[in-house]
Amino acid sequence: MSSEAAPSGSEQSLAVRLYDATSESVAKCYQCGKCSAGCPLASEMDFPPSQIIRMLQLGFPSLEEQCVSSLSIWYCLTCETCMARCPKEVDLPKIMEFLREESMRRKKTHPKAKEIIAFHKAFLDSVQAAGRAYEIGMIADYKARSFHLFQDMFVAIKLFLHGKLKLFPHLIKERANISRIFSQTIGEKE
Amino acid sequence: MKLGYYPGCSLRGTAREFDESLLAIAPGIGLELEEIPDWNCCGASAAHNLNRELSLALPARVLALAEKAGMEEVLVPCSMCFNRLAVTRHELLEDEELRKRVSDIIKMDYQGTARALNILETLGKLFDEGIEDKFVKPFDHEVACYYGCLIVRPPKIVQFDRYEDPQSMDELMKKIGAHPIDWAFKVECCGAGLSISRTDLVAKLSGKIIEDAVHRGAEAIIVACPMCHANLDMRQEKVEKLKGKKYSIPVLYLTQAIGLALGLEKKKLSLHRHMVPVVFPPREKPAIESKSKTKTGKVAGQVEE
Repeated sequence: MSSEAAPSGSEQSLAVRLYDATSESVAKCYQCGKCSAGCPLASEMDFPPSQIIRMLQLGFPSLEEQCVSSLSIWYCLTCETCMARCPKEVDLPKIMEFLREESMRRKKTHPKAKEIIAFHKAFLDSVQAAGRAYEIGMIADYKARSFHLFQDMFVAIKLFLHGKLKLFPHLIKERANISRIFSQTIGEKE
Repeated sequence: MKLGYYPGCSLRGTAREFDESLLAIAPGIGLELEEIPDWNCCGASAAHNLNRELSLALPARVLALAEKAGMEEVLVPCSMCFNRLAVTRHELLEDEELRKRVSDIIKMDYQGTARALNILETLGKLFDEGIEDKFVKPFDHEVACYYGCLIVRPPKIVQFDRYEDPQSMDELMKKIGAHPIDWAFKVECCGAGLSISRTDLVAKLSGKIIEDAVHRGAEAIIVACPMCHANLDMRQEKVEKLKGKKYSIPVLYLTQAIGLALGLEKKKLSLHRHMVPVVFPPREKPAIESKSKTKTGKVAGQVEE
């Protein structure tokens, strides 16, 4: 895989590592911009999707750093509109997924993504513990992580009154198997 | 028709009306479901935000369990779960090395025989068997069929319906006597997994969907996804605050609308669990005339192929 400006330095470029990990090549993109035009949250992002790809194509470490610490990668909803419309079938959601993982690894997550990450972690914590998502536990965990203690209080009460929040989690039988899946992939709980 | 069944976490929690209404209509439409034993969460939408291997391993365990139970086709009503299961099967079948690695992580050998079916596809097949005479109480309302993202995307993997202007749900609704409107937000994203962490963005995106549906004369929005339902129903209050107007448009799972057409009780279909009450304002008498006024001259149900 070739990029126009090969970066110097010891670590391989992100584009190369992306290709090795996911077989997705940013070189396919010819910058038509359809992804950015169709993305429901492009206007809220710091870099629209097509620009993220361009930065990866150029491959300068400073640009890669900007990708990894961008807000765009956390605002991506994985709605897959970009990929459905891309004439070159670039799997942008998969690229975003890779960049989010890289962002966590380098500890370069965007400060405004704090709540989003807190929610994802709270969700996975509940799955790790019970094998299935457990809403009350997850909400409590999210509140503790994000410090938004009173957000959605009324909605939660309404949900409870409508019988939609269960007080206790459903525990699956083979939780050891789920623990193993987590320890083999995402590692230990933080 | 006998199928495996993967309800997913939402259908046993905040989206229990989807599960309850599906199970309520199943006997009437000739559907028999067998739940996958000891199923786990598929990880949507958090896992694929944080770790790729985890996002494949969780659905792979579900599929492997189905396979072990001898199921080939599994009905997955939640469209997020459906998407994760379909994508996982596709990725593991494409990459033998990945399949081996994931099989090792889950300590089960997934061969790829069990596959996920979405709710529209399944109901479509059942409706084709000629069950129209069972719809004793036609659901005589203007409806906006909202497909959301993940039943039709990514097109190459799910291979279902048209991905920009799908028709399958519109066809189902026509069969139960409803009038699907022609509208622009069928497959736009509602904001999905940001519902709790960034409610502001969800209100913005869902607001566009509700606004267009109401503007084009829909009396109800029909959905097939728990996340879409949560954002359009539970978050409708937030949307109303943002837009500064009152919509009060009911959001129904398609299984609930079908249940009403089958003549089932409202309570059996869990209509009382919605945040926006499911009530329809009485029609003005000459319904046809008022229709053509509000709908810019277009008669409902005329979605031409």
